[in-house]
Amino acid sequence: MTGDVFVLVEHHDGAVTESTYELLARARSLAAATGGRAVACLLGHDARPLADGLAADAVLLMQDEALAAFVPEAYVAALATLLQAHDPRLLLIANSTVGIDVAAPLAVSSGRPLIAYCEALAIEDETLVATSQVYGGRLRAEIELRGPAIVTVVGSGLAVSRGDGEPLPVVESASAPAIELASAPDLSGLRTRFIARHEPDVGDVDIAREDVLVSVGRGIDGAENIELAEDLAEALGGAVSGSRPVIDAGWLPKARQVGKSGQRVKPRLYLACGISGAPEHLEGLAGPELLVAINTDPNAPIFDVADYGTTEDLFDVLPALVEALHGAGA
Amino acid sequence: MSQPLFAVAFVLALLAFVWTLAGRMRLLLRARPAGRAHQLRARTRRLALDGLGQRRLLRGEQPAGIMHALIFWGFLVLLLQIITQFGRAVNASWNIPVLGPGQPLGPPFFLLRDLAEAAVSVAAVYMLYRRLIAHTPRLFGLTGAEDRYRTQPHREGALILAMILVIMAGGLVADGGRLVAQNIHGQERTFAPLTALVADLLSGLGRRDARIVGEVGWWLHCLTVLLFLELLPRSKHFHIITALPNVFFAKIAPAGAIPAAALDSPAPAPGRSPGVTAAADLSWKQVLDAFSCTECGRCSAVCPATAAGAPLAPRQLILDLRDNLYGRKSARADSVTALAEPEADAAMAQPDAGVDGAAVLVADAVLWSCTTCAACMEACPVGIEHVPTIVELRRSLVDRGHVEPLMQATLERIAAQGNAYGKSARMRPRWTRSLGFKIPDARKQPVDYLWFVGDVASFDERAQASSRRLAQILHDVGISFGILYDGERNAGNDVRRVGEEGLFELLVEHNLDAFAGAQFKAIFTADPHSLNTLRNEYPAYGLEAPVQHYTELLCSLLADGSLTLRPALHGLRVTYHDPCYLGRYNHVTDAPRTLISATGAELVEMPRHGAGTFCCGAGGGRMWMDDSGLAERPSELRIREAQQLGEIDRFVVSCPKDLAMYSDAATTLGAHFQVTELTALIEEAISAP
Amino acid sequence: MKIAVVLRQTVDLVEELELSEDGTDIEREYVTLKLSEWDEQALEEALLLAEETGGEVGVIALDEPDVEQILYTALAKGAAHATKLMGLPDDLRWSGPRAAILAEWLGGGGFDLVLTGVQTTEDLDGQISGLLAGRLGLPHAAAIIGVHADDGGHTVTVEQELAGGVVHELAVELPAVIGVQSSRRPPRYVPISRIRAAISAGGIEEVAAPAIPGEAIGVRRLFAPRSSSQAEMLVGDADAVAERLAAILAERGIVSRLGGVA
Repeated sequence: MTGDVFVLVEHHDGAVTESTYELLARARSLAAATGGRAVACLLGHDARPLADGLAADAVLLMQDEALAAFVPEAYVAALATLLQAHDPRLLLIANSTVGIDVAAPLAVSSGRPLIAYCEALAIEDETLVATSQVYGGRLRAEIELRGPAIVTVVGSGLAVSRGDGEPLPVVESASAPAIELASAPDLSGLRTRFIARHEPDVGDVDIAREDVLVSVGRGIDGAENIELAEDLAEALGGAVSGSRPVIDAGWLPKARQVGKSGQRVKPRLYLACGISGAPEHLEGLAGPELLVAINTDPNAPIFDVADYGTTEDLFDVLPALVEALHGAGA
Repeated sequence: MSQPLFAVAFVLALLAFVWTLAGRMRLLLRARPAGRAHQLRARTRRLALDGLGQRRLLRGEQPAGIMHALIFWGFLVLLLQIITQFGRAVNASWNIPVLGPGQPLGPPFFLLRDLAEAAVSVAAVYMLYRRLIAHTPRLFGLTGAEDRYRTQPHREGALILAMILVIMAGGLVADGGRLVAQNIHGQERTFAPLTALVADLLSGLGRRDARIVGEVGWWLHCLTVLLFLELLPRSKHFHIITALPNVFFAKIAPAGAIPAAALDSPAPAPGRSPGVTAAADLSWKQVLDAFSCTECGRCSAVCPATAAGAPLAPRQLILDLRDNLYGRKSARADSVTALAEPEADAAMAQPDAGVDGAAVLVADAVLWSCTTCAACMEACPVGIEHVPTIVELRRSLVDRGHVEPLMQATLERIAAQGNAYGKSARMRPRWTRSLGFKIPDARKQPVDYLWFVGDVASFDERAQASSRRLAQILHDVGISFGILYDGERNAGNDVRRVGEEGLFELLVEHNLDAFAGAQFKAIFTADPHSLNTLRNEYPAYGLEAPVQHYTELLCSLLADGSLTLRPALHGLRVTYHDPCYLGRYNHVTDAPRTLISATGAELVEMPRHGAGTFCCGAGGGRMWMDDSGLAERPSELRIREAQQLGEIDRFVVSCPKDLAMYSDAATTLGAHFQVTELTALIEEAISAP
Repeated sequence: MKIAVVLRQTVDLVEELELSEDGTDIEREYVTLKLSEWDEQALEEALLLAEETGGEVGVIALDEPDVEQILYTALAKGAAHATKLMGLPDDLRWSGPRAAILAEWLGGGGFDLVLTGVQTTEDLDGQISGLLAGRLGLPHAAAIIGVHADDGGHTVTVEQELAGGVVHELAVELPAVIGVQSSRRPPRYVPISRIRAAISAGGIEEVAAPAIPGEAIGVRRLFAPRSSSQAEMLVGDADAVAERLAAILAERGIVSRLGGVA
């Protein structure tokens, strides 16, 4: 086992994800302590141009037609080859669909333990300790990693806004990293095939660009009540967004979803109304300037990350706030 | 009178009538049992009051109600007239024995007969006026929910009324002509002022011509009667035959109980799901209901769903059932079948096709619109039971998994956590925290009264304040009461009315278990829905303790002096909203009013009060369903009604759901009065001992 | 098509969680359990698939307290078979040991498709669908929001949900393991009466679990996060809260004093 910290580069449609840069930053600080290199694993086809912007000590570039799009089976096979050949201490993957799809089968095939939902990795007296979110974000678990491991990491945005952890620099490296070519394994017998990529309807509003978001969760209790949020959004000059349950119920279109499988948003003001604050939702918040939570459940995890909160009923607060705002001019 | 001709007409008419009637009877006989052969004395009493006494018609809209009563009573008498006339086919001088001239009952009969003919004629003319000139909306269809009814021809009503007038006229002419033709001057003329008048008018014709005119009148009368007979079972006037039996067999006490589903255990009989899915599943009482509907629309006129613009109109629902039974195409308009999602039906195969292959009797959206407030049943003059039928139709939907989506989530929360809010059971007693004393745990120490708090009163913030006030009042009076803390679960009233019988039974079992583990003598609750099921339905599962509403309890404390109220609120003008499940279902209307009056407040009644109260729209599970389709919520309509009363300070409620619904509605409408729970008034009026 | 759905009960997060004495687990005595919400989605997707292809669904769970409830509910919803694996080792909190036992049993079942929820609240050491796929050597696709059987019956087309609402369509050869994020339709309602009927009818097959040891992950400790900047809770009724919020927004320059956005 070397002291290397590998990071899987996640990229889609020619763009590297923000989470990858966060992971590389983590990898660099960990590698310094483990005495190894921070290595970016870039799998793809015609992916060479993506390597230049990666802030790593080295980039392992593996190219194959079968890796042109994200095909889980291909990625697992490719990564297994890399792990076999290089035996790094850690492989970091983002807690995204890619991570969830790839990490577990890879853990089995490579015989390495997997730690999921990790939000912090630190060296304590030469022991690597991972801290992960469990039970819907209500608790944290600490695990000691003595041998090699695969770790899926959640986005750091909220941890920063909470005041924990240092902001991880999202920096494109001034100098291009050393590129090492890795040969792909035999990817001819794959049983999974990529068919197509579908972009969502952006609709009239791009919530990722909004400065103010009034976001509603299950607590809004019905499509007819979205109006309350819309009134407030209008008064604030923002837009309405929602968590997954609201989109699943059809009360808001998909384009308004904030969360792991929705949009990542970075507004100045995020008003979370009737949202419990499950990790999958929080992953969509890349550190708003001001997070205000309205939820009648005093134990809701959202209050752990909010700047201001109230347990008053959103059905009372939203209209009252609209009134107060109109009166603010008086 | 041409005897053979008439005999032929008579026999033919009778055969045709019997044939049609037999078809109707077959539908009745093939239907499922309804278990109504009990409590015969109570039924007879109700038949006398509602049927013969026309009580609901006399109470309802006027003068339409009294007009119908006149026609009804008139015809009771005129039945004898018809028999008499038919008898004269054989013998021109025939009278019913005992009712002839010179016989003790003769003169009264002649007088009554004439009065009846006069009254019926006046009433019929008035009713024709309503149909042909005034176009009274209720008679032609209210709101979009009754579109199918509205677009049908409404000739039948006017036709029948015209026929009634012909029968009256025919009878008068027949009798009048006979008086002249047979030169009768005795009792048959002196006690029959109207007939005598007709006779006078005809006397100028001479005896022979008068006899011919009389015969024409007779033929008109009798043929029209025969025609009337034919039309009876084919029209809404079937109610003439079926209404009295329908009233007799209508559900007796307890009014608030919905019959349990015959849940076959271990599994429903193959091909038969619980509730009503197709016309074949209807009970004979439900079939009789469909037969008896007079299309009067009193039900739709008082229905909160109809008023709010929902797809439900009780009249339309009953008529759809009727048309389905009769196999009429009008029952299967697009909107009836369109609502069963095709995808869903492919996926969940229908176990039994309905009558004529139409699997859907009534659209889902119509059924989910009902608040189960029973205003329709209260208004119906012929004893139709809309609410239990809707519940049974809902049972079928629930069994097939077709539940309104928000309601589905609520049912799942009730099943998992025992309350509609999905909160942990341990949170149930949290409302008691800020009280200065601890309410005894009835599971741990014996108490006199068990307070069944209910979901809304435990978890809704506004209702929690009322609960605390009530607790304080009772504590100060020194009553021994306790609660079940986290051992209580949703009582199940609305769960049953949504059609989830299995969950209802689960809740009953759990609550009875909790009761068994506690010691108390009686139960009271501030929640009329819980009251209704605990009082009327739990006994069937073994509950023996008496159940009261808190207003009844406070009234009895007031009566025995334990509670004293000063008239501190003198000068305060209030109106009181009777909760449906308290005022209408369980007839508790006096207790709250006694309490209000004891506080000194001046009570101004809304037009719809007492048993005629107008629903807030939360019952039947509606509180947890999607409201977005409504034009205006029932609660807002009710606040508007209160606003018509002029200067009112408070809108007083005694139900936690009402408190929530009306507080919101009053805010939405910017009402000048405050929505208050009754305990707030009482609190102000309590005097120190 | 023969479809297996792996079900797991997890802690109902409606209740407050307490830590055990040694701090390495939660206090389990009074927790309420419920079917993992993603497993519920997986079951619904499986039932839809079975209805479309004329296949059948077998549900499987490990023998844990009251697990019969979720198995009977699945049977009431239309699953053809329900199996409970008995005779289990003690600590089965995390996924590793569970996957080992389940994979051993599933391997011999001749299933075309194994569906389970994409994650649970207690899968710290890896999501079970991926672990099963790895052990069974089968293709795996996670975060799936729709599974469609292809005509030959040899492949399925799946819709995989990525960030930003992007959806990838993949064709997967059977047999395969799918981690379901959500079903095409909300999970169907099954009335209590049908669940009770299923309970009366019995029908859960009890099978001895294969004795396969799995590596259990070592959790050093569990703790409740105490972030350095916990939310400042605003006091008062809704109106007071609203006033304060409006003031804060103005202070921060998010709303100008004249109304509207700064």
